[in-house]
Amino acid sequence: MNMRNYTRFGLGILVASLLQSGICSAATVTISCIANGKDLEMCTQGAEAWAQQSGNKVNVVSSPDSGRLALYQQLLSAGSSDIDVLQIDVVWPGILAQHLIDLKEKVGSGTEEHFASIIKNNTVGNRLVAMPWFADAGVLYYRKDLLEKYKAKVPETWDELSTTAQKIQDAERATGHDKLWGFVWQGRNYEGLTCNALEWVSSYNGGAIVDAAGKVTIDNPEATAALTLAQGWVGSISPQGVLNYGEEEARGVFQSGDAVFMRNWPYALALVNNTDSPVKEKVGVAVLPKGGEEGRHSPILGGWQLAVSKYSKEPDLAADLVMYLTSAAEQKRRAIVGSYAPTIPALYKDESVRVAAGPVVDPLYDTLSSAAARPSAITGVRYNQFSAEFSNAVYSVLSGRTDAAASLKELARKLNRMSRGGKW
Amino acid sequence: MVTTTAKSPIADIRSSEKQENPSSRSSALTRDRVRSAWLFLAPMLVVLALIAGWPLARTIWFGFTDANLADLSGAQFIGFANYLSVDAGHWSGLLTDPDWWRAVWNTACFAVVSVSLEVVLGTIVALVLNAQFPGRAWVRAAVLIPWAIPTIVSAKMWSWMLNDQFGILNHALMALGVIDHPLAWTADPDLSMMAVVMVDVWKTTPFMALLILAGLQMLPSDCYEAAKVDGIHPVRVFFRVTLPLVRPAIMVAVLFRVLDALRVFDLIYVLTSNSKDTMSMSIYARQQLLDFQEVGYGSAASTLLFLVVAFCTVLYIVAGRVRFDDEH
Repeated sequence: MNMRNYTRFGLGILVASLLQSGICSAATVTISCIANGKDLEMCTQGAEAWAQQSGNKVNVVSSPDSGRLALYQQLLSAGSSDIDVLQIDVVWPGILAQHLIDLKEKVGSGTEEHFASIIKNNTVGNRLVAMPWFADAGVLYYRKDLLEKYKAKVPETWDELSTTAQKIQDAERATGHDKLWGFVWQGRNYEGLTCNALEWVSSYNGGAIVDAAGKVTIDNPEATAALTLAQGWVGSISPQGVLNYGEEEARGVFQSGDAVFMRNWPYALALVNNTDSPVKEKVGVAVLPKGGEEGRHSPILGGWQLAVSKYSKEPDLAADLVMYLTSAAEQKRRAIVGSYAPTIPALYKDESVRVAAGPVVDPLYDTLSSAAARPSAITGVRYNQFSAEFSNAVYSVLSGRTDAAASLKELARKLNRMSRGGKW
Repeated sequence: MVTTTAKSPIADIRSSEKQENPSSRSSALTRDRVRSAWLFLAPMLVVLALIAGWPLARTIWFGFTDANLADLSGAQFIGFANYLSVDAGHWSGLLTDPDWWRAVWNTACFAVVSVSLEVVLGTIVALVLNAQFPGRAWVRAAVLIPWAIPTIVSAKMWSWMLNDQFGILNHALMALGVIDHPLAWTADPDLSMMAVVMVDVWKTTPFMALLILAGLQMLPSDCYEAAKVDGIHPVRVFFRVTLPLVRPAIMVAVLFRVLDALRVFDLIYVLTSNSKDTMSMSIYARQQLLDFQEVGYGSAASTLLFLVVAFCTVLYIVAGRVRFDDEH
């Protein structure tokens, strides 16, 4: 009796699960999200809301932080249909373009809603391979209390930043705060250093390493001046350890109250203003300084995009999910709940977004409107190699092993060879 | 058949055991034994071929192609071009890449320095643990803790301890007055290799100590009794009795460690990431394979790494006359 019941029960489950898998395999979209901090939670909420609305199912998978690109490449080069929607970094469209579908028709005129620089970045060979999801840009954090105390204003140029930082650092150390540093940033030899250094170089009008046609332009006096200035920071206003700092190490120093200025991405604002933060309510945010009077503010564009795999079995549904997640309504929700910077300029005028984002909203908007993309579209699949050569060259200048002019000359030679004379 | 007709007396003695039986039966038995031996070994050989042989062969093959991570199936055979090629009077390839040779040099330095320190410290720790004292079992267990912690965890832990601003090491050294300003252990090009070696020594000395301790415990006690009767100084006893007797154990332990050190990856990657000052051969290969998607070039680097490790092993076994059996 019991036995028979069990058998029936088992059979029932088997049949039910077969039926269910049969039904939902027709309409399940798998999305790969990153899983730092609130990322996964916010992504799941958004995707579930789309599933409810459209009557489909979503499957959210998280991908590991390091080696994500390699994982995507392996999946895609094997033509795997396991993942339909991929969350990709702002520098990856060029590398992954051949495996992604063109979203242009799906979006139609909707592209005009977004920052033009991001849309341009995501367009490879006239194909829109990814939709902007949230933006990132380098911003300058400063200690409001210290600047007020020494009657200094927020620096407009890098030279002003150096002088102010040195002044406050000296004065504060004289009063016993001997661990205080002027300026912390990301100096480890990795992609973050590429971002930092490109910001210095292009703020001095030193170009973006290569020009729009792919010609290598980095060996120029402006770039040399920018790197020489940064070289001077190490050991004076920045600790020597900055050469092994990523985002979190820099934030560690700044948030402990041991730095006047910090270059970081917007994510740090919520954290430095957290209730348990020693510097809460003492932090201001500004656009990154210019390189001299003739220079310009040129923060680097970061952020994440959503793309649809060419090997997806449900490309239309997947594209629908992408459109839903990147829509103004969903970006607004994400901006309010998770302080993700929208890629839609109009949202920066939305009252509830402004209230939620607080003081960062205007500097961020200015930053994003002027942000320069890394040259990932032109360098295509060689972007990582290109970026590693650049950060190597910068690192050897910062660590004092070579001077800026010699290092950039050598870099230009290497890049020319890598790109076969700028042809990439 | 050769054994039964052997003329040399040595061969006669060697084959005496077999001469007791008629040769035909002996060879049938031998063949039978050989067959069962292969039969018993077969599962392991198949597994080894699958999990070690196949990936190795594939890597060596990729080393001769221009494979890219974006499209592995489109790999073209390009001969030795990943290793060395000349294009319009311009030499290129792995063997001309200064970064590769830098990585080789870094790895060699790391291996020599860290293993030497580990041998000396491991021997001392083993001698202490071999002595009788109360609570010895506890101390033995405690010493093993660094070895038991996964490398990735201990490396991350050390990277916080070595942090220039809030690291405990700088704090302690400054409190003791050894240094007057915080040092950037993992960022300073002159210090980073030292920091890496230090963490490796911390982590691996217990392993060394354990292997040497095992050797020490098998030593015959009569030599020591004789030395005691003759009133020999303990230091002399160590160098004349203990060290020669425990040498085989040390040699094998060193071999294990050298192999491990030559392929070091996790510790350096966590502490200093892709920094060229400490980049090892494995980190170089990973960067080419994954960061740059150059599967062909990276596989060539992996193959060279394999050859370097194999060469060192052979050299060490031959030059050091290491025996893995128990004959002395």
